[in-house]
Amino acid sequence: MSTALSIHDLAIALPAGADRAFAVRNISFDLQEREILCVVGESGSGKSMTANALMGLLPDLVHVTEGAAVFEGRDLFSLPDSARRALRGDRIGMIFQEPMSALNPLMRIGDQIAEVYEAHNRFTPAERKERALSLIGEVGLPDPEKIIRAYPFQLSGGQRQRAMIAMALALDPAILIADEPTTALDVTTQAQILELIKTIQQRHGMAVMFITHDFGVVAEIADRVIVMRYGDIVEQGSAAQVLEAPQHDYTRALLAAIPSDSVPEPHPVTTAPVLEVRDLRKTYVTSGGLFKPTRSVTAIDGVSFTVARGEVLGIVGESGSGKSTVGRAIVRLVEPDSGQILLDGEDMNALTPQQLRHARRRVQMIFQDPYASLNPRKKILSAISEGPITQGVPVAEAHARARELLDTVGLEASAAERFPHEFSGGQRQRIGIARALAMDPDLIIADEAVSALDVSIQAQVLELLRDLQQRLGLSLLFITHDLRVAAQLCDRIAVMQRGKLVEIGPVSDVFLTPKAEYTRNLLAAVPGADWGNRAATAS
Amino acid sequence: MTRFARNRGALLGLLILICVVLLAVFAPLLFPDSPWKMVQRPFLPPLAVEGMPLGTDTLGRNVAAGLVYGARVSLIVGLVSTAVALLIGIPLGALAGFYGGWIDEGAMRFTEFFQTIPSFALAIVLVAILEPHLTSITLAIAIVSWPPVARLVRAEVLSLRRREFVDAARLAGLSNMRILFGHILPNAMSPIIVMASLMVATAILLESSLSFLGLGDPNIMSWGYMIGAARTVIRTAWWLSFIPGVAILLTVLALNLIGEGLNDALNPRLARKGR
Repeated sequence: MSTALSIHDLAIALPAGADRAFAVRNISFDLQEREILCVVGESGSGKSMTANALMGLLPDLVHVTEGAAVFEGRDLFSLPDSARRALRGDRIGMIFQEPMSALNPLMRIGDQIAEVYEAHNRFTPAERKERALSLIGEVGLPDPEKIIRAYPFQLSGGQRQRAMIAMALALDPAILIADEPTTALDVTTQAQILELIKTIQQRHGMAVMFITHDFGVVAEIADRVIVMRYGDIVEQGSAAQVLEAPQHDYTRALLAAIPSDSVPEPHPVTTAPVLEVRDLRKTYVTSGGLFKPTRSVTAIDGVSFTVARGEVLGIVGESGSGKSTVGRAIVRLVEPDSGQILLDGEDMNALTPQQLRHARRRVQMIFQDPYASLNPRKKILSAISEGPITQGVPVAEAHARARELLDTVGLEASAAERFPHEFSGGQRQRIGIARALAMDPDLIIADEAVSALDVSIQAQVLELLRDLQQRLGLSLLFITHDLRVAAQLCDRIAVMQRGKLVEIGPVSDVFLTPKAEYTRNLLAAVPGADWGNRAATAS
Repeated sequence: MTRFARNRGALLGLLILICVVLLAVFAPLLFPDSPWKMVQRPFLPPLAVEGMPLGTDTLGRNVAAGLVYGARVSLIVGLVSTAVALLIGIPLGALAGFYGGWIDEGAMRFTEFFQTIPSFALAIVLVAILEPHLTSITLAIAIVSWPPVARLVRAEVLSLRRREFVDAARLAGLSNMRILFGHILPNAMSPIIVMASLMVATAILLESSLSFLGLGDPNIMSWGYMIGAARTVIRTAWWLSFIPGVAILLTVLALNLIGEGLNDALNPRLARKGR
């Protein structure tokens, strides 16, 4: 096996004012022919910068200052722009995280693939079309004749990623760089795309540099692994070595932070329900114009469940399953069409806007995006205490309580006087939790509350939630797409698919003896499922 | 602030504007006499006679005095009309963006009604109907310049109201007005400030154009009037048009530079990079 790409002493300088001087520093590694090399790290580890540097796609003000990347006997960094452009797409292909923004929304899929040939002056237009068709077939897109004429918005997320892969494969590159290609996809789609990348890698004998933050994905496809942190390589080795016997503390911490599949003992639920949802329905209707029919999408289709006092109920589903809409309908950020939402026997859905404003206190929400959920212009103190003050709590008391809560969620009291941009994602999520607690709610809805966080931070926030839940006896509705996370925190799990509740039961039942076909598929699609189970039984 | 100070063009603009403001404020001290008073022989070129650094106009009035008093008019009209335009545009755009539905439809059709009429023509008509007076000119300029503000604010509010922090405020039980004015609008301030600085420049140009056409306040010396009055003698005494022209150019340029500097400082992500 020979080396496809060899990187020596790479250093990438960041502009003044960044959190550190170098995005990566002194990193050296080899990419062997016919292997899948996974580069793993949390956000800010420099893994994507490394890939972008190889492709010559670094942002302005960020430069490679040192090092070499030897590919086919030439150093990529010392090549003139024209030579690098010729290599891009031809010998080195790349696929990105977000296929919707990586594809031109105004070009047909077939034309975008043909454009790759055109850029490198290959073949006649007829041949280009021919090849685009066969590529589309190769990446497993159904009905190539139709797909070639489709626009990106007409495809699903998984299909778009397949189209991106087809573009990257167009000129049969020696190296494929994949930057988090499955992060934006649902688990079942992710499993299919990973399978596709593996098959194609073997068929074309490519070297793949696969960048990810997910050790599950690593377990699924990697031959070799590089673990990065703060711009350094902390560990590298074969997938088996790194996963089974990690050497570095950081790798061990990362692996330990992954929610395991081991199912906790369920607490029997005996108390009266705090929330009862009966036959909730919501349909979005887009009014049609003169020439288009009205379109209706059923987001929630007759969902009923209860949450007991002090219980954590998880709602799991893929994107578009209606799980978030259920959460938002309960707090009436979305107006449901019909159904009852009984909070301690009182129907939230029947309240007038005026009554609702006062009843708001009783159900609070923790949001997904820690960067969007805090007003950038309000200090933390006022963000937390604004709600109670609006509900009539005296200002001094609300402020004192806010400071207390900051301590409860593990932040310093000085945080109160600062603005959101001074905090990291994990810290902001803690502030979001404090804000929800400040209202003394009967029920907290956590909508993908840990999905935007790195694994190690995710573990900390989950730990905090569990701790608070036990200490304060919170009732929690935990909405997530991640089965493993749900298993860690929840007492019962409800699985949603296309607006319907397909299964609900204690965690152990749902995980070990799933009744619905869909639940079985979901469980099977979790990346690194085998490895996770092995790790769990070994420990 | 530091980002603004790093922009050399913006600093230059600020410097010019400060000079104009100082001249306008201290006009009565510099030239105690009215700018309309005939003080010397007409058509004196600049620097020909002591005390008349910019010469005299067709009727023997001091051009320097006219220029300084004209600065007052330009600045007052520019600032006040922009303030009025913001007072109309911000609430209208904010309500349209926040509530959507028929309020949005109504507000936007109303805005379009103003946008379909060429703004200068509308300003002329308004001033002609209301009789040329400082107040009516200012009002006319405000009326023709608020629609873009309403559109900008509406677009900002539309994107901000979908943010999770707005949902969080709603869950806290805040009233719609407090969400709109306490949470959404403060986050929309930076583009509004940038736009306002450019609107002051446009307002100054509009006022000058109106005065040039003879629709200025007949009791007030302004730059546009000076150019308009000297128009007939441009071949014999070109400096009479040129000097107030330069004053307009510099002031408008200064405001544009400041606007651009504010834009770079307030929207650092959109700032031109790597240069």
